[in-house]
Amino acid sequence: MWKHHQKLERHSLLLVIGILVVVAIGGLVEISPLFYLESTIEKVDGIRPYTPLELEGRDVYIREGCYVCHSQMIRPLRDEVERYGHYSLAAESMYDHPFQWGSKRTGPDLARVGGKYSDGWQVDHLTNPRAVVPESVMPPYAFLAKKDLDYRDIADKLRAQRTVGVPYTDAMITNAVTDLETQADPFAPGGTALKKRYGPKVNQRDFDGQPDKISDMDALIAYLQMLGTTVDFTTYKADAGENLR
Amino acid sequence: MADPKHDKPTPHKDEVSGVDTTGHEWDGIRELDNPLPRWWLYVFYGCIVFAIGYWILMPAWPGLHGYSKGLLHRSDRGELSIALHDLSAKRGAAGQALVKASLEQIEADPKLQAYALSAGASIFGDNCATCHGTGGTGGKGYPNLRDDVWLWGGDLNAIEHTIRVGIRSGHPDARQSQMPSFGRDQLLTGEQVNDLTEYVTALSRRKADPAAVNRAAPVFQAQCAVCHGVEGKGNQAVGAPNLTDQDWLYGGDRNSIHTQIWNGKAGVMPSWEKRFDTATIKALTVYVHANASGR
Repeated sequence: MWKHHQKLERHSLLLVIGILVVVAIGGLVEISPLFYLESTIEKVDGIRPYTPLELEGRDVYIREGCYVCHSQMIRPLRDEVERYGHYSLAAESMYDHPFQWGSKRTGPDLARVGGKYSDGWQVDHLTNPRAVVPESVMPPYAFLAKKDLDYRDIADKLRAQRTVGVPYTDAMITNAVTDLETQADPFAPGGTALKKRYGPKVNQRDFDGQPDKISDMDALIAYLQMLGTTVDFTTYKADAGENLR
Repeated sequence: MADPKHDKPTPHKDEVSGVDTTGHEWDGIRELDNPLPRWWLYVFYGCIVFAIGYWILMPAWPGLHGYSKGLLHRSDRGELSIALHDLSAKRGAAGQALVKASLEQIEADPKLQAYALSAGASIFGDNCATCHGTGGTGGKGYPNLRDDVWLWGGDLNAIEHTIRVGIRSGHPDARQSQMPSFGRDQLLTGEQVNDLTEYVTALSRRKADPAAVNRAAPVFQAQCAVCHGVEGKGNQAVGAPNLTDQDWLYGGDRNSIHTQIWNGKAGVMPSWEKRFDTATIKALTVYVHANASGR
């Protein structure tokens, strides 16, 4: 049997094909089941696609490299659950393209930061982190409040997300710009329609405290304030067999 | 490409080391055929055996409808609920007692109180100190929790209720009140806001322009007294601050007072009901209450 191995070793093309097959097995066994196994993503209530404003905020989050210092993944470990709340579910990042789990925590995990602090605190903190948390090493992001959010291509962004599997409806895409402007204005008339499309828990507020404009900070805070808030944990059975992994 | 000349290895012994070579020769270069070190080989075999054992005992292989659960039925999430269960056992009677005892009982029982205070301190540091400051001394826009000045009441039940529902938090029972933006929304003229600034300055027994104070008095009674009281002493039922003391949430200088009357800024405190369990909220309440000298 070992003699036959010489054939592989002495024939470079055969060797290349052999290597490809062996490496591919690793990938196939580890990655492909995630696409067809129904138990990969937990069945939960409440998960929804990002609203246009949140999606823009998510882009700001990625643009500014927040993921370099903040993770969005509460691991099923006692200390993490005690500090941050329920561990992150696969379902919670099912509409994340790309996901923001991260692997480095210079700052705290943000997977459940939504609703933990007030909008005003987020503004104060982003403007000058050390004004509210003296020991913080986070850089200031005051410029986000000055910069008008550029959302001309928001409908295309929704369309792109739909291409990779996020269930944005035609109505969501047609109304993307209106929905975005509505969410940043507590007095906008489109609130009911926005909540009909994205669910009653959507926050409709002036996030950055500047009623006269929609800034990058509006978008970022809208995104931060929904993180980890969508899943209805009263109906989620964490100890059910299919959810244990 | 394979060279037919080398297909048949010829036995050959290296003269210097006395070790057999593989029998191949490439341009005069030969390769010693030393065996692998024993220890290395046995570790390698050991790893293979370990891996097979691991596959059998632990979740390992994906299938068509799931994955092999392993004989041990181990799951990280399952381990976590055991760990959390152990934790509540470790916290033991005190943790359980917090749930049952009333806030007054916790304060009255030195053992329970000590437990609540140390639990409360760590919860406060992790969740509340971001706004209210390390130790709770607050800052501009974030109330100081170490003094006796309270917007919404400082007794045990009031504190617990505020922690539960928050202030303007969106919770259905949240503490609600909103100071109008008298200037921005043109409810009052610029002069009236200027006069009121003098009036409020005078309320806290500081020097102010008496003519402006006189002009503002009826305006204050008409617009502000509903919440802040006829004498400006505030009303904790609606979260209206006392304007006669030296404690200012948004600053007490004329500029700050003017800005506040103009814009009517109102802070938000999140609701913690969903984030914390009952024992945690009670421990936190007792901690905050004790820190503010317990009144």
